[in-house]
Amino acid sequence: MSAYLTAANQLRTVRIVSVRDETPTIKSFTFRDRLAAKASPGQFVMVWVPSVDEVPMSLSAIDPKEGAVTITVEEVGEATSQLHRVKVGDVVGVRGPFGNGYTLTRARNVMIVGGGTGLASLAPLTMQIAKQKGRKITFLLGAKNCGELLFLERTKTVLATINHRIVVTTEDGSYGTKGLVTEPAEQLLTKERFDTIYACGPELMMHKMFLLAERFKVPFQASLERLMRCAIGLCGTCVIGRYRVCRDGPVFSGEQLREVRDEFGRFRRGLDGRKTALT
Amino acid sequence: MTNRLATEIAGLKLRNPTMLAAGILGLSGASLREVINNGAGAVVTKSIGLKPREGYLNPAVAQVSCGLLNAMGLPNPGVHDFVEEIRELKRDGVDVPIIVSVYGFSPEEFAEVAQVSAKAGADAIELNVSCPHVKKTGSEIGQSPSLVAEVVQKVKTVIKKPVILKLTPNVSDVVEIAKAGVKTGADAITAINTLRAMAIEIETTRPILANRKGGLSGPAIKPVAVRCVYEIYEAVDVPIIGCGGITTWQDAVEFMLAGASAVQIGTAIASKGLGVFKSVSRGIDSYLRRKGFGSVKDIVGLSHSR
Repeated sequence: MSAYLTAANQLRTVRIVSVRDETPTIKSFTFRDRLAAKASPGQFVMVWVPSVDEVPMSLSAIDPKEGAVTITVEEVGEATSQLHRVKVGDVVGVRGPFGNGYTLTRARNVMIVGGGTGLASLAPLTMQIAKQKGRKITFLLGAKNCGELLFLERTKTVLATINHRIVVTTEDGSYGTKGLVTEPAEQLLTKERFDTIYACGPELMMHKMFLLAERFKVPFQASLERLMRCAIGLCGTCVIGRYRVCRDGPVFSGEQLREVRDEFGRFRRGLDGRKTALT
Repeated sequence: MTNRLATEIAGLKLRNPTMLAAGILGLSGASLREVINNGAGAVVTKSIGLKPREGYLNPAVAQVSCGLLNAMGLPNPGVHDFVEEIRELKRDGVDVPIIVSVYGFSPEEFAEVAQVSAKAGADAIELNVSCPHVKKTGSEIGQSPSLVAEVVQKVKTVIKKPVILKLTPNVSDVVEIAKAGVKTGADAITAINTLRAMAIEIETTRPILANRKGGLSGPAIKPVAVRCVYEIYEAVDVPIIGCGGITTWQDAVEFMLAGASAVQIGTAIASKGLGVFKSVSRGIDSYLRRKGFGSVKDIVGLSHSR
């Protein structure tokens, strides 16, 4: 019987202990939850706004010592705009952590590519890699414009003590290089041998990075986003090919993405299971 | 494993008696194939209706003591889109029966969806007259013997493939419903769907499920399901598929002793992963060997004999 009662899947209620405005459209919320604080980088939680909705959220900070975690939320729809109204002291529900998280490798020369709120799940990963000896991190960070740049200062601080390089792109050129983050990534890959690439952000960006990783034969990991319901591998809402993003992902390797290349970067399924092209 | 496990339900040949239950995965050809590759003897798709349906908002599941509550709300792409998934699966070759779970808001809708699915290659149809959380379908039909009879009859007149009737336990007499379905031509019975249930979060004082009420599955409902199978076995002559809380091979054997020819597994995938089909099959096989049975068919209904 106890086989069904996984501690992670039990809904807990938590109080928000801090709210931080990251950009005009992105806020971070911190709460204490011992289970979530045991998560590894790349895992996610389901966050319930009572009477509104429950949505999957990456953990942008994991603090096992304090037993606290942070989620970073962009206002994109009804659920996230309700979440943006949550204040310090408000109660939300949480399930998880779920999913596999990023795999840490012995790779020395690491490229990390993040766009938009994709930077959320990459932040704890970067922190973990930066703690290991002898790593070089090339961090590429993309945003629509200067105002929407996420975690730039935080990334600078985390990487300050190690061999690193930070490249920033904005689509309108208001900060860093004008264009998409995949452009400097391609230039760097042409000039230099990287041992691994991590990517999280808009799917078309990750798809482009996947193609680059294939071309330059660099091991690759990307964290995918799909609509989710159960988060425990049952309902099938989040499937891509034979994989369940909630259970087999959300982080997938280059080999796995090769297997689902008819789907990855091309379409995603709606709540009714119908396909919608990615643009 | 040996062919001790091979069995048959209404003409459907199963390499082993484990099946994927409706509502679990089963929304895409690729995920059905993954379940088949993990050892299921047959798969039932998510319930498919005539038109696309997004289902309810989240939370759509809530874990409770000994089980899981869900109110997905029958999300599905509609049969006309879904047939592409069946065709894709069939085109690449598949060696186990593909059963399409069908729901409708009227007997005519059931018949139309069943017909389109059968044409696309479904090996059998399972009628969902038992979903407990969508109005004007599911258990609202499955609680009435005359409505069940009408649905089965309409479906039987348009398809030749086996029709399986999936029953709700949310009735005072499950046997009465089973009999009504068999009388009008149901080729097999699946017992049972989820039990109508709910959960409330006490800090926020709110019902957890977005739909407030949903269906309970998992170990909590197993004894109820075993009782239903046992009662139905005594009353009808068609094969029964047991469903409700099956997690281990012992659970499966218990259902078979009660009268089930095969078992469906769903919720257990959350805790045991897709490996559950193989582990249950292997366990049944060792049990049969240890007890000296030559076939899994030999233990069906064994608890009834004196």
